[in-house]
Amino acid sequence: MATIVSLDPRVTRMEIEQDPGSAPEPKAELDQFPTFEVFHQERTGAHHVHVGSVHAPNADLALLLAKEQYGRRGQTVNLWVVNTRDVVTMSAGDADIFVTTPEKTYRDVGAYMVRNKVEAYKKQMGDQKS
Amino acid sequence: MNQDAVKDLLVRMADDVLILAHRHSEWTGLGPVLEEDIAFSSVAQDKLGHAQALYAILHEHFGMPDPDVMAFGRAEDDMRSCHFVELPNGEYDFSLVRHLLFDASEYVRWSALRESSFEPLAKLAHKIHGELKYHLYHAQTWIVQLGSQGSEESKARMQSALNAAWPYALGLFESRSGDADLVASGFFPGEDALRAEWEVLVQGILEKSSLTMPHDHAAVLGGRDGYHSEFLAPLLVEMTEVYRIDPSATW
Repeated sequence: MATIVSLDPRVTRMEIEQDPGSAPEPKAELDQFPTFEVFHQERTGAHHVHVGSVHAPNADLALLLAKEQYGRRGQTVNLWVVNTRDVVTMSAGDADIFVTTPEKTYRDVGAYMVRNKVEAYKKQMGDQKS
Repeated sequence: MNQDAVKDLLVRMADDVLILAHRHSEWTGLGPVLEEDIAFSSVAQDKLGHAQALYAILHEHFGMPDPDVMAFGRAEDDMRSCHFVELPNGEYDFSLVRHLLFDASEYVRWSALRESSFEPLAKLAHKIHGELKYHLYHAQTWIVQLGSQGSEESKARMQSALNAAWPYALGLFESRSGDADLVASGFFPGEDALRAEWEVLVQGILEKSSLTMPHDHAAVLGGRDGYHSEFLAPLLVEMTEVYRIDPSATW
């Protein structure tokens, strides 16, 4: 029986038959590992920021694999992983709870008058120096 | 400093890690799951970097050819790798066991080399310590999973891979005639001392993995004198294929 000859020598070495004779077994549904959410800390003292998820059979392996998926470039000092099942979330349909929030500008930091006081203080300090 | 002894030590360390880097890289694209494929390939990349750093020391301080020529330009009988790193990958069980036994040895060796009287080597040892810690962590996590937390089948497969790998792994610690000078000058602690420390480290990991450490085996030797397993020659053909098209090409 002829086997597959590939430009990739590793594939050639596997001696895969060119004509498998029968169709491959269909893949079972939902045969993947569960997912874990990954949180990445760039510097000591910085917040852990959610950066994505990773498939793994358990938390130990999730942390191990997260190191490579999310810590392979740039700066990292620490990682957290959390089983996606353990994340408690609001329903997407409840987004209307927040619809009027942007109108409440009196809650925005810009609405506070502290800025004026700070500016006045800075000016006063500047005047004293000069 | 006994220059011949130093070259012998650094070349065999570099060749081991170069050949194993190539073996590890053969999993790229074929790993058991995507994330692990990437992780294992990154370990291979790190290993290649360690080989390059050692060849660079040999080039700069001991007048040996540049790293590319050392890696790709030598004949089989000029290579000093041990048989352990030459063996084909087999299934993932064997590759993981080899990864554990090799990286436990690297961790012990390079941890000790941080105290080497030869400063360039001590500096390199400090630089790569974190990488080796991760390589050992990666190997150990998998072995513990598949040994003590996996199925009967996974445990049995890890144990038989371990039994098969063991006599070859002992070949990592073959003592050489010049080693005594290097031990006396504080260059490195000697292969026997490293092996003793390695056995303690491996024993601890295997206990956590519910696996049994093999014993009473003779080490498989020969590579340090240029006598290699049948698997090295085809590996070199494949590894040097691009280099041989044009050795002077720059990338």
